Amino acid sequence: MCTVCGCGEGEATIAEETHLHPHHGHDGPLHARVHSHPHEHAHIQYRAAGNGLHFGLGAAHAHAPGLSQGRMVQIEQDILGKNNAYAAQNRARLAARGIFAINLVSSPGSGKTTLLTRTIEGLHGEIPLAVIEGDQQTSFDAERIRATGATAIQINTGKGCHLDAHMVGHAMERLDLADHSLLLIENVGNLVCPASFDLGEAHKVAILSVTEGEDKPLKYPDMFHAADLMLLNKVDLLPYLDFDVARCLEYARRVNPRIRVILTSATGGEGMAEWLDWLLAGLKNARSGV
Amino acid sequence: MHEMSLAEDMLQIIEDNARSGAYTRVKTVWLEIGQLAGVEEEAMKFCFDAVARHTLAEGARLEIIATEGEGRCPDCHKTVKLAERYDPCPECGGFPVEITGGTEMRVKELEVE
Repeated sequence: MCTVCGCGEGEATIAEETHLHPHHGHDGPLHARVHSHPHEHAHIQYRAAGNGLHFGLGAAHAHAPGLSQGRMVQIEQDILGKNNAYAAQNRARLAARGIFAINLVSSPGSGKTTLLTRTIEGLHGEIPLAVIEGDQQTSFDAERIRATGATAIQINTGKGCHLDAHMVGHAMERLDLADHSLLLIENVGNLVCPASFDLGEAHKVAILSVTEGEDKPLKYPDMFHAADLMLLNKVDLLPYLDFDVARCLEYARRVNPRIRVILTSATGGEGMAEWLDWLLAGLKNARSGV
Repeated sequence: MHEMSLAEDMLQIIEDNARSGAYTRVKTVWLEIGQLAGVEEEAMKFCFDAVARHTLAEGARLEIIATEGEGRCPDCHKTVKLAERYDPCPECGGFPVEITGGTEMRVKELEVE
């Protein structure tokens, strides 16, 4: 049953290969499977569509005109409070099972998906892992991940510009994650919003490619502040570009003095061993409950 | 776009609180936004207006209470005002200033019917 629900807003869909879930013996709407909450109002926040899920098909909109006198109601609730609660649930579920989850954030086109496919290849099938792919539309990225043999689920956020903890919680349920595994979450390409939305991951990893300009950390400080690791990617292209690596790192450390940086080239292989070591060290910690 | 999803979350808080039957219509929303929260006031108002259409908060006025960015300097140990998250200490140039306030995004109060 659904353990994360209360279901949020948005127009997200989750699509994956149905054969990944042999324990679900039917293709009926996930709504019917997981939403047994006895709310009397229409609580359809997502449903299956084909082999995917739709989020947010409309909140129950109360619409009652009134002419009575206004009164004050104290609310005192954080806007991100609900997301943070889902994120805490995800984090607890991951910790209980020794799963190391990372949230990869970047601009579109920084090379996240290529980095992921090369990462999966570099792990040679020795580590159980799964990938959650976030994009506004299409399942191209999940297909690229599946081509490596790894399990992947695609979340389409629709109009949304980031993944949120609620979507990721449902994706985790559908993924059948192995204990002591690695969960790689590729967020929507966007350097603004994903900074604010905790998914329950152990670390945010920001990927910045050298074709983007060295001042990105100053232009989008929240994201680089939120990340624990920055991968400066596509460094094989440096000879052809006017990109000052030292200045970029100085900018990144200005917004986040504790950020760790690895220079990578997903296609050329530079830095990939160091990146894999970082992942494996994190996985080891997660497995031992550190 | 960021403000759009925040506005949706805000509306959900308002709708969730209405379930108890405490109100059926919202006239004014007081929202506390920290200066370091990365939220644009005008964008927030625009987005809230859009998401509130056809809901119990349609046409509601959004009042934003801005709270100043604040941090603690690692060198002079003073609590200082900050305009940007990555600014050095305005008193002594110390860095990095530990953020202690101004990142809030909170629905404070509603005027309802």
